[in-house]
Amino acid sequence: MTMTDSAAHFDIDLASDGLLRLKAFGDWRARYMKPIDAALRDFADDSVGRDIIIDMSGVARLDTAGAMVLQRTFQACQNRTVNSKFIGAHDAHAELLRQIESHLAPCHVEPFHRNAFLKMTERLGEGVVNATRAMLELWDFIGHTLVSGAKLIVRPARMRWRATVHHMEETGLDAMPIVGLMSFLIGAVIAFMGAKILRLFNAEILTVQLVGIAVLREFGVLLAAILVAGRSGSAFTAQIGSMKLREEIDAMRVLGLEPIEVLVLPRVIALIIMLPVLAFCAAMLGLVGGGLVSWLVMDIPPALFMAQFEENIGINNFYVGLIKAPFFAFVIAVIGCFQGMEVEGSAESLGQRTTLSVVQALFLVIVMDAFFAMFFLEIDY
Amino acid sequence: MIETPDDYVIEVQGLRSQFGDHVVHDNLDLNVRRGEIIGVVGGSGTGKSVLMRSIIGLKHPDAGTVKVFGSEFYGADEKTRLSIERRWGVLFQGGALFSSMTVAQNIMAPIREHLGFEGELAKDMAALKISMVGLRAEAGANYPSELSGGMKKRAGLARALALDPELVFLDEPTAGLDPIGAAKFDELIVNLKETLGLTVFMVTHDLDTLHAACDRVAVLAEKRVIAVGSLDEVRRTDHPWIQEYFAGPRGRAALAAKAS
Ligand SMILES: Nc1ncnc2c1ncn2[C@@H]1O[C@H](COP(=O)(O)OP(=O)(O)OP(=O)(O)O)[C@@H](O)[C@H]1O
Ligand SMILES: [Mg+2]
Repeated sequence: MTMTDSAAHFDIDLASDGLLRLKAFGDWRARYMKPIDAALRDFADDSVGRDIIIDMSGVARLDTAGAMVLQRTFQACQNRTVNSKFIGAHDAHAELLRQIESHLAPCHVEPFHRNAFLKMTERLGEGVVNATRAMLELWDFIGHTLVSGAKLIVRPARMRWRATVHHMEETGLDAMPIVGLMSFLIGAVIAFMGAKILRLFNAEILTVQLVGIAVLREFGVLLAAILVAGRSGSAFTAQIGSMKLREEIDAMRVLGLEPIEVLVLPRVIALIIMLPVLAFCAAMLGLVGGGLVSWLVMDIPPALFMAQFEENIGINNFYVGLIKAPFFAFVIAVIGCFQGMEVEGSAESLGQRTTLSVVQALFLVIVMDAFFAMFFLEIDY
Repeated sequence: MIETPDDYVIEVQGLRSQFGDHVVHDNLDLNVRRGEIIGVVGGSGTGKSVLMRSIIGLKHPDAGTVKVFGSEFYGADEKTRLSIERRWGVLFQGGALFSSMTVAQNIMAPIREHLGFEGELAKDMAALKISMVGLRAEAGANYPSELSGGMKKRAGLARALALDPELVFLDEPTAGLDPIGAAKFDELIVNLKETLGLTVFMVTHDLDTLHAACDRVAVLAEKRVIAVGSLDEVRRTDHPWIQEYFAGPRGRAALAAKAS
């Protein structure tokens, strides 16, 4: 009897009596199964319906993987006569082999799949149906949010101030440095590029108007909205989505807490308050950036910049910028929360929803901005 | 019997664990022998899960040493760590299945990673484990979110057993199983211990499991192990919590069930 601790191996011999004999040696544990698996499969395929005797006396160690491979080989070959058997196994090994026998049925690994063409058509159809459904659900969600919001106006005591202030800090205050810096840089870039081109027409002084209008009307609020969509919209989805995964949302519902009121409204309100503030700061810092470049590069001193600014840029530009902010805020917050509520099942879904939330929010913000631009152009404001 | 350190699979000495000011373990000692099933009991929040996490290297001990298979996991190099990780399997309290994979893929993950099994062999192994823990073959294609609580436990156990480990950590394996399922589970564990020489570190509240499966019991209270030994030895210990635990209605019922 070989009791060496060598890797699993086996000998096959065809005795004169027509019986197949497989003699197993060594350590039949999981780590040694990979090299011999293919050979054993081939052997089993070649020996279907033969009588087989598996001699276990040389096996030093055995675990479920080894037992499974041996049993599988045995089951594949044997033609279920009394001659087929395991011999020479230690008690523990025999017991293990016996136990494994009932567990050999294959299992399902992946969810059921149809053929590729059907699958494609199915996905297409599913996509269309889901998109429609998602659209309707989003309207439904917006409706719910508005109704809950209206209820709050009737009964302001239900307002969750703590949560709202917390979100105001997280989405507004904490975003201030990055929004300010970005906006400052964009203001500077606009001034720089504008000056370069306007110089060709000897109209460098118009840089002030360019910076003023661009930053006040568009860039301040747009930059703030884009950063907030990326920063807070995704955070909303992730927060609410992981709560959904851990059944926290279900728990809220059965406890009589309305998720829209508890989770969604504080976020929406916080953002509606804070995005205008962010947009304001962004606009101011954008002007500072533009002014600084005008001063340093074009020798337009701050006093002249201010004078020119005051004379040529109406306060209406400022209002146009700010009036958009609450609308953007509403869209970003609602989409973020909605996508969070749509998370289902797995961590993967959470990731997909977070991406979707940012992409949709950005898309809608820019579309809305275009509509606003047309609207204000039409009414000549 | 004189015990040599070789007989110990897990050696915990002077362990101290704390979260901020909150000390969970202080000067805790525990040795686990090769080939035994040790049941760790204690009230909720006494630090059973934290002890398990300290042993498997998920929480750094704040003082003391933790040795598994004779070597310290902390401070070990990458290779030693990997070789230790291959020799143990862990079932977490919540199952901790990978949510983006089916049950079968969950089980195949460590098999592929550590054993390099591909294709049919990996699938065969997954099927074997799924069947061994008493799940139906169809469950292999389910995602964890589609399973019941008890099925998640079983799937988690199947993954813990995937590599045929020498040592398994089970955190409340029978919690959430129906009594018949729990009894089968105890049987399965004992069976694996006897056929494969498995060592089992099991956190449990289940008195029936203690009776049916555990060779020794360790009781956690007052930030340390206050008693360890066979069930009868521990039961005789004169400590209020232990007395209440075993002499309470559930303790007596489990004892009666064992006697009959
Ligand atoms: N990550 C953590 N941060 C802070 N404290 C923690 C952390 N994990 C655990 N604790 C604290 O450590 C103590 C022990 O927790 P542990 O999860 O080990 O309890 P347990 O004995 O497993 O209880 P149960 O039987 O309920 O599972 C508890 O008081 C818990 O509050
Ligand atoms: Mg626990």
